[in-house]
Amino acid sequence: MLRFVPVAVEIEDLVVRYGEKTAVDGLSLTVAAGTVTAVLGPNGAGKTTTVESCEGFRRPDSGRVRVLGLDPIADHDALMPRIGVMLQEGGAWSGVRAVEMLKYVATLHTHPLDIAMLVERLDLASCGRTPYRRLSGGQKQRLSFALAIVGRPEIAFLDEPTTGLDPHGRREIWQVIRDLRDDGVTVVLTTHAMDEAEQLSDQVHVVSAGKVIASGTPDDLTEHHKKSLEDVFLELTAKPERS
Amino acid sequence: MTTYAPQPGSAPWPRKVLAHSRMEFKLLVRNGEQLLLALVIPLGILLLLGATGLGDRLPLGDGRAIDQAVPRVLALAILSSSFTSLAIATGFERRYGVIKRLGASPLSRTGLLAGKIGAVLIVQVIQLAVLMGTGLALGWKPVGGAQAVIGVILTVLCGTAAFASLGLLMAGVLRAEATLAAANLLYLLLLVGGAIMTPVDEYPSGMQSVVRLLPSAALANGLANSTVEGVIPWAAALSLALWAGVLGYLVSRTFRWD
Repeated sequence: MLRFVPVAVEIEDLVVRYGEKTAVDGLSLTVAAGTVTAVLGPNGAGKTTTVESCEGFRRPDSGRVRVLGLDPIADHDALMPRIGVMLQEGGAWSGVRAVEMLKYVATLHTHPLDIAMLVERLDLASCGRTPYRRLSGGQKQRLSFALAIVGRPEIAFLDEPTTGLDPHGRREIWQVIRDLRDDGVTVVLTTHAMDEAEQLSDQVHVVSAGKVIASGTPDDLTEHHKKSLEDVFLELTAKPERS
Repeated sequence: MTTYAPQPGSAPWPRKVLAHSRMEFKLLVRNGEQLLLALVIPLGILLLLGATGLGDRLPLGDGRAIDQAVPRVLALAILSSSFTSLAIATGFERRYGVIKRLGASPLSRTGLLAGKIGAVLIVQVIQLAVLMGTGLALGWKPVGGAQAVIGVILTVLCGTAAFASLGLLMAGVLRAEATLAAANLLYLLLLVGGAIMTPVDEYPSGMQSVVRLLPSAALANGLANSTVEGVIPWAAALSLALWAGVLGYLVSRTFRWD
């Protein structure tokens, strides 16, 4: 029996070059709506470029990207209100206060989340009036996460959402990501943390040198947890041994 | 519980643009250097020229010093808000990823630009009010009535379009620090060599034909012609509109959103 699962993101043979350097080299993947999908790989594997192609920042040199059926470049203005974006770093004025920034981004949307709830949930109350430049790394990260979800998007693209967080903050974000999925939000996250991919995702795409080298559920990839995802990853990315 | 259930949508365009203008204006007021450039320096120059007798010794143009000083200081103020401040702020917004973040928000690129222009116009209303108020207190007597009012508004709008385009061109191409340096340098160069404080006719004859074409000369002449002679300065407005067209086109070709 065929089961119809709507596709949230569809990438076919994506190639993105920066000058001479090929960052993404024929990458294909799909993301089913309502799932958490991890794009896992080492630094420089092309994860950020892939996600930024979905957000309309990178023009593919070849291949095709569709997000909610839309072309992120040609249909930019129609797509942007429907997605949430968490950049790997930055994204706020140095002098803006944390909650002020959150309120500002909320006003750009029709049905934003309740600010007080979000501030409470992401532990931003104590730094609500602190200028962005004086926030700690973890506070910046939590604010950036809040900015990505405040507009109640259909898809949240989270580029390394827990980098720089302490274990407590990391667990908090993980729980919100699970809640997002349970409420019907599609989450696409990049990470180089194996445990994050293993704990959170329904589907993992392992990316190396600009290509997807393995895809599956964490359970499939680890052969029902006989191996750790880290072992699998190291095997996949190992250089061929000389015979 | 369905706290996060998707319900996406973009706020109406005017609300987004207004929210952005308000945000940029608030940030500017919090930034001391920006206020220095926008208000303190023009006000200081106006007081020097109008209240100390220095204006009578400098080549500001024919007539009473204060009548020439006010429109020329207004031109300097417009230059600082539409060009220097905008270029520096936008350069650092790019550096801090604000342009990128907002480029992936419902604000849209046209909304971002409109919001920025809105913030500049709010600043200019305050600049005009403070500087004209001070000028009147120092004995400034503008002529021309409605003609002069139309002339000033037309020149300010065309000048803002031209200089904002120049600022965005710089911020879109150069690094933030380079934008900071270049925008301040150009501000100083135009102040002295761009026929802002001194009319074109006072320049050495060899320079006049070049200086006359600068947008700074058109801005200052336009404002001076409006309030000293009471005419609508069509030539200055046309010159500024042409600059705006050319520079705006270059911005649209070069501005990077990431």
